[in-house]
Amino acid sequence: MRLGLDTGKIAHARELARAVTKPVLELIFAHTTDSVERATLRLMGLEGADADGVPYANVLVKHLRSRLDEGLAPLAAQAAQERGLSLNELAKAVSEEKIDLRAYCPADPAAACAQAERLIRRRLTRIDEMLQTRERYLTEFGINQPPWLYVIVATGNIHEDAVQAKMAVRQGATVIAVIRSTAQSLLDFVPEGITTEGFGGTYATQANFRYMRDALDDVGREVRRYVYLVNYASGLCMPEIAAMGALEGLDMMLNDSMYGILFRDINPLRTFVDQHLSRMISAYGEIIINTGEDNYLTTADAVEAAHTVLASDLLNERFAYEAGLPAHLMGLGHAFEVKPELPDSYLYELAQALLIREVFPAHPIKYMPPTKHMTGDIFRGYAMNTMFNFTGVLTGQGIQLLGMLTEAMHTPYLMDRALAIKNAKMIFNSARGLSDCLEIKPGSWLVQRADAVLDKAIAMLATIADIGLFKAIEQGMFADIKRAPDGGKGGDGVVKKAATYCNPLPAILGEKIHGRH
Amino acid sequence: MDATNVKQVDPTKVRPYGDTLDDGALQMSFTLPLPLTPESIEAAKQTALGLGLRDASVVHSEDLGGYSFFVVYGHTRKTIDLTQIHVPKVETKVYSREQINEQIRTRFGRKLVVVGACIGTDAHTVGIDAIMNMKGFDGHYGLERYEMIEAFNLGAQVPPEKLLQFAVDHKADAILISQVVTGRGFHKQNLTRMVELVEAAGIRQRTLLICGGPRIDHRLALELGFDAGFGRGAYAEHVAGFIVEKMSERSLV
Repeated sequence: MRLGLDTGKIAHARELARAVTKPVLELIFAHTTDSVERATLRLMGLEGADADGVPYANVLVKHLRSRLDEGLAPLAAQAAQERGLSLNELAKAVSEEKIDLRAYCPADPAAACAQAERLIRRRLTRIDEMLQTRERYLTEFGINQPPWLYVIVATGNIHEDAVQAKMAVRQGATVIAVIRSTAQSLLDFVPEGITTEGFGGTYATQANFRYMRDALDDVGREVRRYVYLVNYASGLCMPEIAAMGALEGLDMMLNDSMYGILFRDINPLRTFVDQHLSRMISAYGEIIINTGEDNYLTTADAVEAAHTVLASDLLNERFAYEAGLPAHLMGLGHAFEVKPELPDSYLYELAQALLIREVFPAHPIKYMPPTKHMTGDIFRGYAMNTMFNFTGVLTGQGIQLLGMLTEAMHTPYLMDRALAIKNAKMIFNSARGLSDCLEIKPGSWLVQRADAVLDKAIAMLATIADIGLFKAIEQGMFADIKRAPDGGKGGDGVVKKAATYCNPLPAILGEKIHGRH
Repeated sequence: MDATNVKQVDPTKVRPYGDTLDDGALQMSFTLPLPLTPESIEAAKQTALGLGLRDASVVHSEDLGGYSFFVVYGHTRKTIDLTQIHVPKVETKVYSREQINEQIRTRFGRKLVVVGACIGTDAHTVGIDAIMNMKGFDGHYGLERYEMIEAFNLGAQVPPEKLLQFAVDHKADAILISQVVTGRGFHKQNLTRMVELVEAAGIRQRTLLICGGPRIDHRLALELGFDAGFGRGAYAEHVAGFIVEKMSERSLV
């Protein structure tokens, strides 16, 4: 079942996306950030926190703040080696003010860089091992048929999350996302350890990642199905959390090139620089990114702003390609958010779902359920979710985030999740073959609508290519939200690289990324 | 049908109506932290009987992977005396946007300043955006579109202290607070904190405090020390109308 859109137009849209991202990429390559340096240190083996709970990565970056433009990896690697210390021991000594590195200069900068490289290569073997484990499971259990059933857990307590996740898996879920505590995106550090309290979700920590990975592997062996674990590589610690996710065997991470700018008021350049490294790490760790276009439709209207979703998907795709992610790791986002009472609302939804699928044929596509027009009428909500699930299977979406009938009321109850899974299984089983039996009438309303959205997305990208992405964001072209180029949180953590800047991480990640393609 | 033959509702003894007046029919669903067994099904039934239901009947039971899910019907004997019920409501005239602009012009002769935000950890701006942003929601324009209102939407995760400072600096006539995430009662702490701050700053008398969100109602708002609370179905004109009326009532100019 295809719309038969003009492939020349789609190619043109991609060219425009390339033109939009090109000047941004030049800025990305010219800058580093606090979180890029922290992620690099973590991928050299640094972990843990000092007596006050400040992560060692933050201790070192704060200590060497004035030297960020040189790249901290060689300084830390060489300083540790000269003293016969591990990076953790070095950071501990710095935290206790027993070592001061602020004026430290390695005698041989090339040797320091080489030492950093050795540490990175050693640490990356852990990611390699996690990937081998996943591969073994997938070989043994097979890959699930899309759309994958994706549900969330959000208790705030990782132990309780694990109980609920296991139940969901037994009921049929394939993908489990641990929703993050609402405050975490603006924390400029990643909390440490197992956590049992959060607000509307559970803190993303490396220990929590590991705990949930183990829980899902356990239940996965029980039901003989590989279970995909999702968390968020977003906010002020985007690349660091991507690193932790890769180290702990996560399969998907929410990761958008602009979400933090628009919805969390994070500095634009900070976000662009951070998303690039986070996506390189995701490419290395073979993590499917989930982009956040669904959020546009919570502030803007789903009919009027449909083209902004497509335009943003194309930009996210381009940024992702530039970081080395292949199409099969791009869970580009969109959503089922047209007001149901609008005449022809279902036709709008179907046209949009077909459009996104056709523009991104090799991508898994992350399809988000109704939220904006959900009310306390759980029965109406359940009907809406049924239509959403039907559309997902009919149009071949890859990752179906299941809607909860109690959306907009509270975090899902056990039975809400169970009913959502039951609904999706029933619909997917009943209609999986339908699309092969149907053809869309050429020139019909669906085709006209999709074509019009594509045209508008092209016009929007052309304007952005003309004025620049920063200006477009400043004018509120995405989600009706305006953000100034020099505004937002975390802007002080962005530094222009000096000519002497050294960070071996991107090149090492690139060996695998580019070797694979 | 002859209306005289239809049994009339007694307002002093109201009961749920399933398919016969006063049958007291209720439907409910819940989960027990028990595997599905004959005993857990009986436990579900007794849960309903314990709530005072007659003829409790477990019409559906299902294993959720170690826990169990039930759909239960029953009949309550409980009656409610409607004449004894008094619900606090936001009592205000409903104006159109144009009327509100006109009222502000004639009553105050200046623009009113309204500052809004999601405070604390709440990052969900859907509610505050619906009321404040130019575009509004569902065809109802937001306060930014009102000629006689100067609206500042500070967005998500604003610390209460920062919101207060902004309100003081801009001599706000009203502060709007949206709380969408309401899990485990922490929205109440956020809202209470805001009231305390505004009182401590000595501007409570001249500043209207209004909260909103899908789980907020007027009664809760009053309990927490706010002037009004708006829930689902409220649009910008309701909030603006309330501000105009309440300011007049308090002789604020």
